[in-house]
Amino acid sequence: MRLRIVSIASLVPLAGCKGWQSALDTHGPGATSLEKLFWIFLFILTVVWILTMLGLLVALRARRDAATDPLAVDATRERTMTRTVATLVGLTAVTVLALTGFSYAYQKRLFDRTENVLTIKVTGHQWWWQVDYEDEQPNRTFTTANEIHIPVGEPVRLKLEASDVIHSFWVPSLMGKMDNIPGRQNVIELQADREGVYRGQCAEFCGWQHAHMAMLIVAKPKAEFENWKNQQIASASPPSDDAQKRGEQVFFTSPCVMCHSVRGTSAGGRVGPDLTHVGSRLTLAAGTLQNTRGNLAAWIVDPQRIKPGTNMPLMQINPQDLDLLVSYLEGLK
Amino acid sequence: MRHDPVLDVSKLPTYGFGHRSPMWWGTLGFCTLEGMGFAIAIGAYLYLSFLNPQWPLSVPPPDLIWASLLTILLIISIIPNYLTQKFGEEENLAKVRVYLVVMSVLGFVAIGIRFLEFGRLHVKWDQNAYGSLLWALLGLHTTHIITDVVDTLVLTALMFTRHGHGKRFSDVGDNAFYWNFVVLSWLPMYALLYWGPRL
Amino acid sequence: MSEAYAAPDPKELRDHQIGGPELTARLAKTWGTEKGLLGALSTVDHKIIGRRYIITAFLFLFLAGLAAVAMRLQLARPESRLIGPDLYNQLFTMHGTTMMFLFAVPVMEAFAVYLVPLMVGTRNIAFPRLNAFSYYVYVFGGLMIWVAFMLNIGADVGWFAYVPLSGPEFSPGKRADIWAQMITFTEVSALAVAVEIVVTVLKQRAPGMTLDRIPLFVWSVFITSFLIIFAMPAVMIASTFLILDRLIGTHIFNPAEGGDALLWQHLFWFFGHPEVYIIFLPATGMVSAIITTFSRRRTFGYLALVLSLIATGFLSFGLWVHHMFTTGLPQLGASFFTASSMLIAIPNGIQIFCWIATLWDGRPIFRTPLLFVLGFFFIFVAGGLSGLILASVPLDTQVHDTYFVVAHFHYVLIGGAVFPLLGAVYYWYPKIVGRLLDERIGKWHFWLAFVGFNVGFFPMHITGLMGMPRRIYTYLPEMGWGNLNLLSSVGTLVFFFSFVVFLWNVVSSAKSGAVAGDNPWDAGTLEWATSSPPPPQNFDRIPVVTNREPLWAEREKLPVATGLSVENRELIVSTVTEARADIRETSPEPSIWPLLAAIATGVTFIASIFTPWAVVWGSAIVGVALIAWFWPKGAKEDEA
Repeated sequence: MRLRIVSIASLVPLAGCKGWQSALDTHGPGATSLEKLFWIFLFILTVVWILTMLGLLVALRARRDAATDPLAVDATRERTMTRTVATLVGLTAVTVLALTGFSYAYQKRLFDRTENVLTIKVTGHQWWWQVDYEDEQPNRTFTTANEIHIPVGEPVRLKLEASDVIHSFWVPSLMGKMDNIPGRQNVIELQADREGVYRGQCAEFCGWQHAHMAMLIVAKPKAEFENWKNQQIASASPPSDDAQKRGEQVFFTSPCVMCHSVRGTSAGGRVGPDLTHVGSRLTLAAGTLQNTRGNLAAWIVDPQRIKPGTNMPLMQINPQDLDLLVSYLEGLK
Repeated sequence: MRHDPVLDVSKLPTYGFGHRSPMWWGTLGFCTLEGMGFAIAIGAYLYLSFLNPQWPLSVPPPDLIWASLLTILLIISIIPNYLTQKFGEEENLAKVRVYLVVMSVLGFVAIGIRFLEFGRLHVKWDQNAYGSLLWALLGLHTTHIITDVVDTLVLTALMFTRHGHGKRFSDVGDNAFYWNFVVLSWLPMYALLYWGPRL
Repeated sequence: MSEAYAAPDPKELRDHQIGGPELTARLAKTWGTEKGLLGALSTVDHKIIGRRYIITAFLFLFLAGLAAVAMRLQLARPESRLIGPDLYNQLFTMHGTTMMFLFAVPVMEAFAVYLVPLMVGTRNIAFPRLNAFSYYVYVFGGLMIWVAFMLNIGADVGWFAYVPLSGPEFSPGKRADIWAQMITFTEVSALAVAVEIVVTVLKQRAPGMTLDRIPLFVWSVFITSFLIIFAMPAVMIASTFLILDRLIGTHIFNPAEGGDALLWQHLFWFFGHPEVYIIFLPATGMVSAIITTFSRRRTFGYLALVLSLIATGFLSFGLWVHHMFTTGLPQLGASFFTASSMLIAIPNGIQIFCWIATLWDGRPIFRTPLLFVLGFFFIFVAGGLSGLILASVPLDTQVHDTYFVVAHFHYVLIGGAVFPLLGAVYYWYPKIVGRLLDERIGKWHFWLAFVGFNVGFFPMHITGLMGMPRRIYTYLPEMGWGNLNLLSSVGTLVFFFSFVVFLWNVVSSAKSGAVAGDNPWDAGTLEWATSSPPPPQNFDRIPVVTNREPLWAEREKLPVATGLSVENRELIVSTVTEARADIRETSPEPSIWPLLAAIATGVTFIASIFTPWAVVWGSAIVGVALIAWFWPKGAKEDEA
């Protein structure tokens, strides 16, 4: 019995569920209304649970003589019990109906669609996210990876697809999840109300590196967003110093180009993430590492240690070339 | 605890026919679960046929001739099947033998026609999802025909040896029951696979 | 229709001609299992097979539990390098597959195999050879997947094996094949047992056990068997389709050739949701039995309880889409499944209220079985209620595939099925073994399990809401999930330890527990009318039932039927609704052929992974084994 109280008390930390990937620390209208609905459900369900347990507690007092025939029942008491149980069943039905009603109301609100919004196609790959910004003008479309920049306060439409197995796109602090399914396209809308970086992660088991398949949503004011977009549309900037120039040579003579693209150069691989502006991204390896010089080098030298099973192969490269290569990639802002 | 005899069962029969027999219920149970398997497989076929804009996928529907012949044969077989069951209940050994032989032969003919059919389909199982499901459904039903034919053969053999008496007659009825299931489960499949694409 | 009244052989000894120990001994000889290995492998005694079934299922529970312990050690710290993704994926696949297919369903069926014939007052289960076959098939299926795991070719695509991940392109090798064939294989066993139970309940009830006198546990496994019969074919078809896609190049799940990835999910969850109730309903039967006995009062709302079992059974087939709310199905369709998923709370509520009412008007006796049932209330009600959150389409988009779901279904399955099951072990162990389990160790066991479980699984609700997805082998330190995961790991270790205590109790009490006697709890149902453990014939004479709780109604002497053979395996076949004695049928003798048929089936299934032709020649061998099984041998069987 004491444990009941302990377990109720342990609900308290729920209030402190801060975090950059928390469904209870929300920053967009979708997730916020879901959070509200969650608290409504949780309140009602907790009350029901406590009442049931209290009922059980009261029921545990002995009401019969040890000698009473277990088959004997008191007719009046049986009637009272029948009435009570019937009432409780009725109350259950009402509660269930109410919860269904709440659920419907929020569902409708959640899945309403707005017209003419920024549309981004997000394709799940084992184990990274390809991000294609759509535009009516074909020369204003571009591809990036694992990082989605959006303007604050505007709904954004995401078209979700998958190239290999099923993945699921989920950024809890902005919106509920939706699956990326091969051969199908799903659509969700999300919006960030505040500037910030929100983390999301694949939510459908997709093989070895399901654990390391994250993405960041970067919400920024409209003007900044447009700047970022223009910069992303542009081809890769040519190397600016000697190290970067020699790094570029290393890049183009290495197997990197088999899988990766750098727009404006001859590197046109489509297997791995587009690297045109990799230097401007916050993370590497689908949200696994912070984008620092050291991490970048570590990732290139031994990706299998960081993400065992990843499709990025082990590559023989001497330390000097590695240093140059990292300089080049860092320069791809 | 002391016993108080209140019921004498020594005069009861040692076997019964139809729903009096546990074996009949067991057969019904297996028919139900296998029927459920058919229903699920048919559901998968319908699901993909609604999902794809064109169905059957890129091939003409299967020809009617052999499947229709099989359907007619199966429907006709209900009559000797019924008679087998009836003579079983009458414990008429001579007639049961005759009709079990008839049913065995019919079963073999049915299997033969089905294999001719497999050779004449316009699509292979590894060509597309339509071909896969067509083969899967026909295959599923074929295993049921074969199962019942083997069972019929065993019963026929039993009836021609010293075992042909008593509860075996009840078994004949249960076997006939299962054949009815094989026939009945074919009819919706026939309509779906052969006439569905022609509607 | 000619009535086949066989004139009773006047020389055949019948059970009204003798009595007492002589009758017991002679019947035990007729119904007994021969000594030696061949005898042990040929047995068709539902109690021997049921006992093996129960023990095997618990062995698989320990194995799956060990897999869980390994996973919790890995997750206790962020970026732990204890277990890599390959092994981790195998571990959670083995854990889920084993718990669902090799423990939860089989253990419930195993209890039914042992108890149903005793509770309905008959001498053996219907189709006892099929029963033996089912057990062997189940053992081979379990061995197959665990041996593969030991050889490092364990399945690694999750217990749900979603395509295309489990398909030929993304899971090359034999791992997913072994998984798919094991599923098809063990479901054969589950389905066969379900048919046996249905027929036993319909046709072999003791005279006088009308429909409204059937014990609630028997009702629950009876309805569960129907759920199995209607749900399991879906997963068998699904796993067969998967193996066809993988082995002979069909395209059923391949979107590029007109197939569809979501078709798998529909097929799998059409089985997968009823599966939850296949596990849960027998547990409600156990709860009913324990509550009735330990409240010292007949069950309140018997009819309501039976009707809610049936309603739950029906509704369980209308819920499967709530596992697919995030796949982008049309909103209207999804909403329908919210309503049906919420609706199932009503029959479950009825059951809870009727049990509480029974306790309320009774005189609760706090022995270990009842303690586990109280733990069941505490945990299961919480799990059931959190299920309503998952039933809501919008909320599900946040909690689906997170640790919130992991918490939810462990609350439902462990609270709803394992706690009643443990209560049931404490309750029926004396019947099966003849000695009581130790009460003091039992209470330790309960409190360790209860505290360990809640400490382990409650925090997972929160980690899930904080964004932790399921099936990840590690997580970054900055996610802030470390402490809660550590707490979960500690709790689940305590929970695992409670099973060690349990094992100790089971082993030590078998030798030194208090002798039980026929009816240690003064319970009312028929299984307590015979000795503990029961003799091979179960009852010296078949009881005639006059009340829902026959032993409470007939305290002086037991009304019985007489006239069955003492020398042949005769039992009473009765009519379906009224349970009037109708036929004296002979129950099959022991036979080695079910084992051989199971071996043939196993070889066929394993070989089919390597060559599709194995299905052809394998079927021929299985056919031969089955013919030998059914071919009557000797005079006794010829009369049968």
